[in-house]
Amino acid sequence: MKEQDLSQALQVQVQTANENKSPLQIRAGHSKAFLGHTVNADILDVSPHQGIINYEPTELVLTARSGTLLSDIEIALAAQNQMLAFEPPHFGDSATLGGSIACNLSGPRRAYAGAARDYVLGTRLINGKGEDLHFGGEVMKNVAGYDVSRLVTGAMGTLGVLLEISLKVLPLPEFETTLVQTVDTTTALDKLHDWALQPLPISASCFDGDQLMIRLSGAPTAVRAATQKLGGETLENAGEFWRSIREQRHEFFAGDKPLWRLSIASTTPPLKVADKVLYEWGGALRWIKTDLPTQAMQHMALTAGGHATLFRPGQVQAQQQPQEIFQTLPDGLMQLHKNIKRAFDPNGILNPGRVYPEL
Amino acid sequence: MQTSKHNQTAIQRSTLIDALRTILVDDAILFEQEDLKPYECDGLSAYRQLPLVVVLPETIPQVQAIVKLCQQHEIPVVARGAGTGLSGGALPHSEGVLLSLARFNQILDINVQQRTARVQPGVRNLAISEAAKKFGLYYAPDPSSQIACSIGGNVAENSGGVHCLKYGLTVHNIQQLKIITIDGELIEIGAQGLDAPGYDLLALLTGSEGMLGIIVEITVTLLPIPERVQVLLAAFDDVVKAGEAVGNIISAGIIPAGLEMMDKLAIQAAEAFVHAGYPVDAEAILLCELDGTNEEVSAHILTVRKILQDSGATEVRTARDETERMTFWKGRKAAFPAVGRLSPDYYCMDGTIPRKHLPRVLKTMADLSKAYGLPVANVFHAGDGNLHPLILYDANKPGELERTEAFGGKILELCVEVGGTITGEHGVGIEKINQMCVQFKPLELTQFHAIKAAFDPKGLLNPGKAVPTLHRCAEFGAMHIHHGELPFPELERF
Repeated sequence: MKEQDLSQALQVQVQTANENKSPLQIRAGHSKAFLGHTVNADILDVSPHQGIINYEPTELVLTARSGTLLSDIEIALAAQNQMLAFEPPHFGDSATLGGSIACNLSGPRRAYAGAARDYVLGTRLINGKGEDLHFGGEVMKNVAGYDVSRLVTGAMGTLGVLLEISLKVLPLPEFETTLVQTVDTTTALDKLHDWALQPLPISASCFDGDQLMIRLSGAPTAVRAATQKLGGETLENAGEFWRSIREQRHEFFAGDKPLWRLSIASTTPPLKVADKVLYEWGGALRWIKTDLPTQAMQHMALTAGGHATLFRPGQVQAQQQPQEIFQTLPDGLMQLHKNIKRAFDPNGILNPGRVYPEL
Repeated sequence: MQTSKHNQTAIQRSTLIDALRTILVDDAILFEQEDLKPYECDGLSAYRQLPLVVVLPETIPQVQAIVKLCQQHEIPVVARGAGTGLSGGALPHSEGVLLSLARFNQILDINVQQRTARVQPGVRNLAISEAAKKFGLYYAPDPSSQIACSIGGNVAENSGGVHCLKYGLTVHNIQQLKIITIDGELIEIGAQGLDAPGYDLLALLTGSEGMLGIIVEITVTLLPIPERVQVLLAAFDDVVKAGEAVGNIISAGIIPAGLEMMDKLAIQAAEAFVHAGYPVDAEAILLCELDGTNEEVSAHILTVRKILQDSGATEVRTARDETERMTFWKGRKAAFPAVGRLSPDYYCMDGTIPRKHLPRVLKTMADLSKAYGLPVANVFHAGDGNLHPLILYDANKPGELERTEAFGGKILELCVEVGGTITGEHGVGIEKINQMCVQFKPLELTQFHAIKAAFDPKGLLNPGKAVPTLHRCAEFGAMHIHHGELPFPELERF
């Protein structure tokens, strides 16, 4: 890792862009470029802005510059037996902390340990006016001022250019094991819901249509007791299996059809689609590779209390021009989004249109 | 302290009351002096102000109509839950309507399979866990006022409690909100899944202290009740050793459900009050609560016990049964009233610091205590660095309240200096508004004001709270020059 503080240079670039009302596309590792609309604008390259600024294992806090590679952070944490509990997907070796937080993407542990946004304690960012601002901090409990750090998490760069991020980190589990059970969809969902009501050390779940995979984490005695209780075969190479789910290298994700992400009520019965569905997060996250139109997918998600994202457009779609990628917001909610965007970026220069055309 | 700009456009009180009568039944409108009196302050009674009128709506359309009326006539609206807040966040506005959500007191639905409860904002925090208990579920955040405080107030303040290190704050334990904007519009935020499209307004609204919208419904996340809970009590002859023990437990990969520290004065006060059997000669005690499966707790108790001993504890006790566990906690839970018995009045502070700075902060606080001539007892959520110094004073002695507030302000500034914050869980309200000028730069405060304006351009929701104006900071800053620089040089001085 080449430690480098580019805060001032980045600030000057944003100030200039703002004066010229000339939009910027913020880019670090470019590993999540597939997600969201393409922004046709000058590139603001955050990737050299690297370095872990502070890491206090006994305080469970790490602060790093946004261009720091996610892999570098994970190595530093692992050396102290700690981890990012939201298990962020990388989607490439170049993945950075800034990109992960800007996208608020979380992996298999999310349903049991929380999302990226749950671990964000503070941020330093440049807003659309080119102002260098600091919100939150390096402490777990902090209610001074509005929670801007969580607001910008998942905003995909439309509210500010992340410079530094402070995160709560957690100890690595002492022991983990993954169980496999061969069951049908209804049984899988029933089991997931029943287990969720019990104090069990479950840390990940996945159902691929035939097999239900459950990861248990904690003290060895606790994991063994839960293994007895839940039953099933022990999965070999479990670490690689969960990485393949997280990184979407699992065979389910192969093929050219568009990939839809439905984040819905976990109790939703099996969705009425002909295509295969991959379940995660105790049933609250469902991946579908389908040619069904956007409207149908959004409707399906809305009916199930959640939202749909066209996570990866298919080959055909990628060549065509824009369709909606994220769930359409109701008018009142969209108006608030527009007001907030204006409050941070009055000239609309930061990643315009990446999430919604209006923002 | 409050702006008078609303004065010019405000309609007469009698006209306002007549208009409110078209929305609410008579007993839901209070305007007589003696009826207004109970609403003049929240849990921070040093600040008092009667509102113009108190309204007690019980339906969402009523709230919408009240807010629209206030918007039309530019009348400030201050929302209030149970009024247990400790920062004056629900202090009424002299020209405004105090909107009490006390009649929104229904648990609307408990969805066992989804592990959520949909509740109205006036429902008490503890009532949710009580209602969920029969399903083996509970609501995790447990502020010490949980018997009385309302969930709506918890969301507005992002309330914590003693179990935050492991289970998070309110923001980590809610899924959906319904709010009424200043335009009277009902907006649904969040989703039934684990995330929602667009910006994270759930996080923005949580802890926004009634500045952005009126919360009228909340869906909270419920957790399975842990199979087993156990607590250890360790005594130390030095607070620094106790602080190090906390770090050692966390380094060992254990996240306790609760990890509390008390200093000598707090220990002695608690012991004299509730006889919890605390070692009164100790300089500090730690209470470490572990929860989880039976096996997990058994394994971790042995580890924690050894760590405490290795960290120099003079004594380590493990609660033998549930009764003893409750006894261990009793002293901690009664710490505030116990300290209150030592002195006619006490002032509870709420700063957070990186734990490594604990020795320096305690030392400086002891020096300040001498300088101000006011004793201070310390109760500390040690796991997450949230410090509650309790300053003992007598409000009847002239000048003592002012000295206490000055001392308190110094403590908060000290927290900021070591990289912490002026409020861990009590909120800014009116109490810490000056210290916001210490924690944030003018541009950051300006960004906060822009966020406020995105929701409430006329500034009618809870005006004068949470975020200071730059002018206020200039006035405050004139007395507090940092690093030899005069803050806000661009502003006029008065």
